[in-house]
Parts: sequence; C-alpha cells; structure tokens
Amino acid sequence: MANIAQAVREETATPFQRGIKEALYAGAISFGLFFLFIGLRTDQNIRNELILVPRWGLLAIVVALVMAGRFLYVAYGQPFMARQNIVDAASGLLPDSVATRFFRLPYFIAALAIVAVLLVLAGSLDGIFGPHLAGYMRFLRALAIIYALASVLFYFRAFIQQHFSALGIGVLAVYPVIVVLGLTLYTGSLAGGFQGSLKWVDNFGIQILIYVMLAWGLNIVVGLAGLLDLGYVAFYAVGAYAYALLATHLGWSFWILLPVAGCMAAFWGVMLGFPVLRLRGDYLAIVTLAFGEIIRLVLINWREVTNGAAGISGIPKVSFFGLMSFNVSDPNYIAKVLGIAQSGAYYKIFLYYLILALALLTAFVTIRLRRMPVGRAWEALREDEIACRSLGINTTTTKLTAFATGAMFGGFAGSFFAARQGFVSPESFVFLESAIILAIVVLGGMGSLVGIAVAAAVMIGGTEILRELEFLKVVFGPDFTPELYRMLLFGMAMVIVMLWKPRGFVGSREPTAFLHERKAVSSSFTKEGHG
Amino acid sequence: MQYFVQQMVNGLTLGSIYGLIAIGYTMVYGIIGMINFAHGDIFMLGAFVALIVFLILTSIFVSVNVVLFLLVMMVVAMLMTSLYNWTIEKVAYRPLRGSFRLAPLITAIGMSIALSNFVQVTQGPRNKPIPPMVSTVYNVGGISISLKQIIIVVVTVALLALFWYLVNKTSLGRAQRACEQDRKMAALLGIDVDRTISITFIMGAALAAVAGTLFLMYYGVVAFSDGFVPGVKAFTAAVLGGIGSLPGAMLGGLMIGFIESMWSAYFSIDYKDVAAFSILAIVLIFLPSGILGRPEVEKV
Repeated sequence: MANIAQAVREETATPFQRGIKEALYAGAISFGLFFLFIGLRTDQNIRNELILVPRWGLLAIVVALVMAGRFLYVAYGQPFMARQNIVDAASGLLPDSVATRFFRLPYFIAALAIVAVLLVLAGSLDGIFGPHLAGYMRFLRALAIIYALASVLFYFRAFIQQHFSALGIGVLAVYPVIVVLGLTLYTGSLAGGFQGSLKWVDNFGIQILIYVMLAWGLNIVVGLAGLLDLGYVAFYAVGAYAYALLATHLGWSFWILLPVAGCMAAFWGVMLGFPVLRLRGDYLAIVTLAFGEIIRLVLINWREVTNGAAGISGIPKVSFFGLMSFNVSDPNYIAKVLGIAQSGAYYKIFLYYLILALALLTAFVTIRLRRMPVGRAWEALREDEIACRSLGINTTTTKLTAFATGAMFGGFAGSFFAARQGFVSPESFVFLESAIILAIVVLGGMGSLVGIAVAAAVMIGGTEILRELEFLKVVFGPDFTPELYRMLLFGMAMVIVMLWKPRGFVGSREPTAFLHERKAVSSSFTKEGHG
Repeated sequence: MQYFVQQMVNGLTLGSIYGLIAIGYTMVYGIIGMINFAHGDIFMLGAFVALIVFLILTSIFVSVNVVLFLLVMMVVAMLMTSLYNWTIEKVAYRPLRGSFRLAPLITAIGMSIALSNFVQVTQGPRNKPIPPMVSTVYNVGGISISLKQIIIVVVTVALLALFWYLVNKTSLGRAQRACEQDRKMAALLGIDVDRTISITFIMGAALAAVAGTLFLMYYGVVAFSDGFVPGVKAFTAAVLGGIGSLPGAMLGGLMIGFIESMWSAYFSIDYKDVAAFSILAIVLIFLPSGILGRPEVEKV
C-alpha cells in the first residue's frame, strides 16, 4: 500500500516539486561523499607532520553545484527532453530537430562576426579588456570557432556521412600542410609556421594517430575475435624495447627493425596465447592483465638489459629511407640536402606521415582479413565458439592468429613510439594505457574502424586540449592547473559516454558475409564474445 | 625453520588484507557477473578515510587510545566507502545492467581512474604518513609477531565469521545466493533484486574499508595510487580461488600473501609480483575455473 501511495504521489508531483526533492537527495549524498575529501585537506606542516586544513567554502560550493545541476536536470531537462520527443514524433524531423533549431543561419553569421572581430583584435585584447576579461574573450572566441565549424559540418552532414572514410583520410593527409600554412599566415613567416606547427602535429596529430593504431590493433583481438585482452600494452612495450635495444646496441635502422619488432611482438602474442587458450571471459582478462604486468615488472627489474626504471635514452631517429637524416650533425641532414632552413618540425611532420601510413596499413589489413577465411573465423568465434568447433574451425589456430596479428600491430606502434620519443621507460607501459586503448575500442563500437578513430580523437584529443586551457587560470586564479584534472575528467568522460551510448559511437556495422544485399546490422545483434 | 615460520606469519598478515579485498570482487562478480575494477580504489578510499579520521581524532584527543581509534576509523571508513560504492553502483553500473558485458567493465575502469584522480586532486599526490599507532612486538620462540599482525588476523577472522553467518544463515544471504543463481527467478519470487545488489556492493565496500584501515595501520602510509596494485592482486586472488566463491577468495588471498612473502624471503624481492602472477597463470592452465570454483557447464 505504501508503495502505491508513493507511486501516486510521484505521478501527481510537478517537475518542479520532484526537482526540489531530487536536489535535496543529491545534496545529502554529495555532502556525504565530499565531506571528508573536499571539506578537509591533509597537508604537511613544517615539521613534516600531517595536518588537516578545512575547506568548508569549497565543499559548500561543490554541494550547491551538484544540487543545482540535479534540480535543473529533473525540473527542466527531463521535461524538455520528453516534450522534444513528442515534437519530434509530430514534426517527423526526428533525429535532427534540436540540431536544426540550434544551427541557424543568423547564429552562424553572428558566430563568424565574433570570430572575425576577435581575431583582428587578437593582439590588443589585453589592452582593451584588461587581462581578466580578455581571458573570457578568448574563451568566447574558441566557442564561436567551434560553433561555426560545427554548423558547417552539420550543414554538410549527409555528404560527410556518405564519404566519411575518404574525407577523413583526405583531411588527415593534408592536416600538417594546413597547420603549417595557417600558422605561417598567422605569424607572418615560414619559419614561424614550422615552429608553431610542432605542437599541433606532435601533441595532437601523432599522439592521436598512435592511439588510433593501437586501438585498431586491439580491435582485431577484442572486436573481431572477441577475446578480452587487458594487457595489450605488453606488446606495445615489446615493440618499443625491441627497437630501442637493437637500435642502440646494434645500430640497425628503423626500417629493418620495424618488421623485427612486429615479429617479436607477434611471437609474444603467441606465447601469451598458448596458455590462455582454454580460458574464457574474465579469466582470460585477468591472465592478460597479469601478463602485461609481468612484462612491465621484468622491464623494471632486469636492469642489466633494460636499464630498469631509468629507461633507455638516445634511441636513434628514423631516417628518410636512408636517403636523408633528421640529425642536424649528419652530412645528409634534410635541410642541407634540400637547401632549406633548419627546423625540428620536418622530423615531426615526417613522423606524422609515417604513423598515418602505419595506421592505414593496420586498417587496410583489418578490412582485408575480415573478408578472408581467417577473419570470418574470428568473427564466428566471437559469436559462438561451440558452433565454430562443430563446423570444423580450428579454434586454437584462430585464437592464436588473432593474438599474433593484434600483437604485431602493437609492436609496430611500439617501435614507432620509441623512435618518436627517443626514450623509453617502463612508465609508459602501465595498465592505464591498456585500459585507455580498450576503452577507445569499446567506445568506438567494437569492430567499427571509423568509430574507433572517432573515439580516439575525442578521448585523446580532448585530454590534450585540457593542457591548453590557459584561460581557466583567469577564472580560477593563477594556481589552477588544468593538467591535474585531465585524468579525472578522462575517467568521468569514459563513464558518461558509456552511459550515453553503451554500444559505442557507431551503433551499426556492415556484415562481412551477406545474402543478396548488404544491410547494416545494429551492433546490439552482435555479441562481444566470451573469450 | 624459524625463518620459514616468520615468513608464514608475514604471509598470513598480507594474505588477510588481500582476502578481505578479494571477497568484494568475488561477491560482486558472483551476483552480477562483472569485474568491479573500481574496487581497488574503494579500498584506497577506505584507507584515506581512515587517515583523515585518525587526524581528526588526534587533534581532539591528546593520547592515542588504540582500540577506540581503530574502531572509530573502521566504522567511519566502512560508512563512507559504502556510500561511495552504493553511489557508483547506482550511477555507473545499474543503468548498464541489461547492456552488453563490456559496457559495465569500461565504466568500472573509468570510475577507477576517476576515483584515484579525485583523491589526487583533493588530497594531493604525496604519500601520507602517520605516526605508528601500535608498535608492540612479541617474541614467541624466536619468531617476532607484532601486535599489528595479531590485530589484522583477529579482525579478519572475526569479520569472516560474521560474514559467513550473514551469507549462510540470514534471509539477506539467501536472497543474495538466489540472485546469484538466477536473477529473474529470484525477482519472480518477490526478492528485490536491485536492493540485494546494492547491499552486496555495500558489503564489499565495507570489507574493503576494513582492509584499507588495516593497511594504513600496518604500513602507516597511504597514497592516492595505492589502490591499483592491491586491487589487482586481490582480484588475482579471487580468480585463483575460483571467482564467485567466498572461501575461494579468502584462500586465494592467503595463497597470494604466502607466495609473495616466501618469494621475497627466499628468492628476490623484485620479482615477487611476477611470481604471484605467474602462479596465477599456471594454476589457471590446469584448473581453468580456479581452485574452489565450480566448473562452468556450457549449455547450448
């Protein structure tokens, strides 16, 4: 009876009343959660003893924010979305109706105007608004640019959707050129353009592409063969150390060691594969995790070979196929050969195209393999192992090839990573990396190459952008370091994206084998395998 | 011989802590079939709550009353971490319960990253040492046993007894076991499945909080990143013992503890984790569902 009475009260409560109630609940819970952690801070005093520093003001602000957020969501957000659904159903504009109202021509023109004005005034912003307001102005400018770009993308959405892969590859191919040209125009000199492009090509381009490649490699194991691998970073480490050790000790070139590193990683993939063949699901996950940790611990402790936690430094750079080098001291340094000004940017741009080529190779091999018997066997294995066996598929070799192929691409990416950094240490191969790569694969919608690339760009690019948010210092004071919040926000983003789209960004996939016509299949129909 | 027994005592202490954490993993896995990756960080949160409570208590009372302090630290840590785990389950795992299997795993990993970084951001990245609470050491026939170790083992045994009673003798335990076997059927028979799952998370968190408090008391230091390694080892222990089985979790915890202390005593301390993980792999090759786990029967 009590339940029914409560249910009736729920029904008759207005959204506003419910919002108040929910906000009070949320406030009480968040007060409980944050009371000790935000309200008090443990600090060391001069005598190195721990003392508590109260921060009740901050606690009050956080709790108030949580309450306000919850109230707005329940009282206005939920009814708005419910209304929206009805409007959408009536107007027939189902998926786009909010967006069509959000992206309108007048808004677009206004955004362009704001961008133009603020870009022209870029140099004198501080003078006009003072340092405090100028920070907000730069933020406004960034928002306006994002809005304008989003409107353009939205306007051409049908075209983009149709040609997404081709457009994506095209944009990636000209990305460094655009960055250099844009910055040359902005700074007024070619040297300035190259210098400024370092950050954009290296931190954004190369960093994201490495993760794209790793995620595509892991996708073969998790997305296609359905084997949950939590230790993928081990193969990345094997590739990186293979290149680092052989290049520093034997002096072999990158182009010989790239396949060698790939083979070694594949070998370790098979080594890992053998013992875990009989394991299923979560047992497989924990053993792969353990394997990843073992490799890392061996790298830390085998000091005679790996130099322990200090890592290996002075790893040679990649050469331009032996024709030109990127070391300033070499006689065939690229700037001397081509007769241009010295710059570190050439190497970064070359590395960018190298990792792009490697990533595309991974994608190409994945696509081709999916159409071959072995690829189909992987997918069949993911869907139903018993059916596979009864149809005469050798599950042992199928699993081993999946591990080996995935590991090989991890090894390629690893040797590239070592060449790019010039330094490797076990620090770079912690479990968190495996988790991030797996998260990208799942968020991208297991098995979908495009979705995985988008997920990598969003998650890695997003955390890289956080490093750039200098204007936040204006808002929160000069002690504020946005980098600290990077991984916190990354973790929360993982949770939120997963809750919002449990099947990943790309919710449908194309079958590799089909009868008469090709039809996209919702990915909820595909299983994720049991190991 | 003395040395060996000494290592046994150390291993027992370590294993008790792992076992307490492992029970949380195994219970959650048993009931909803997901790896709660954030459990290691729940353990770390427990240790941190105990640390903060300890600091509050020392600022109120002048002299350290060990029994009272430990009790208050444990109770507050249990309450706080229960609240955290309850909230996490509600926010991050429950909406995905009907979804595919990897989705809650990813949110759990996300939660684990978010929790450890939350503590880093709010409490700072440094190690947090406290003055030793208990320093008595007894000498029994050449073997030194510290009071800390006795407290850890006694608390663990007491909790296990309480727990055994809860799971085997009460209606709550029956509801949990019913949900473990068949959630839909249990719901049809009038068991509130959501509530049972919430309580399972709360129980797991409470045990992790006790483990955290004991960890803080034993080592006297905690940092935001301390959740990962004990978490992974406890999970290894749960798998080793057969995931889903409570005695298995404790057995696995003790095994990992023994392996670690024996390996560091007789071989090299550097490779103790490698030894633990390798033995996990070897055991699983011969017993694919752990030592006490029920073999999985596949139905087509």
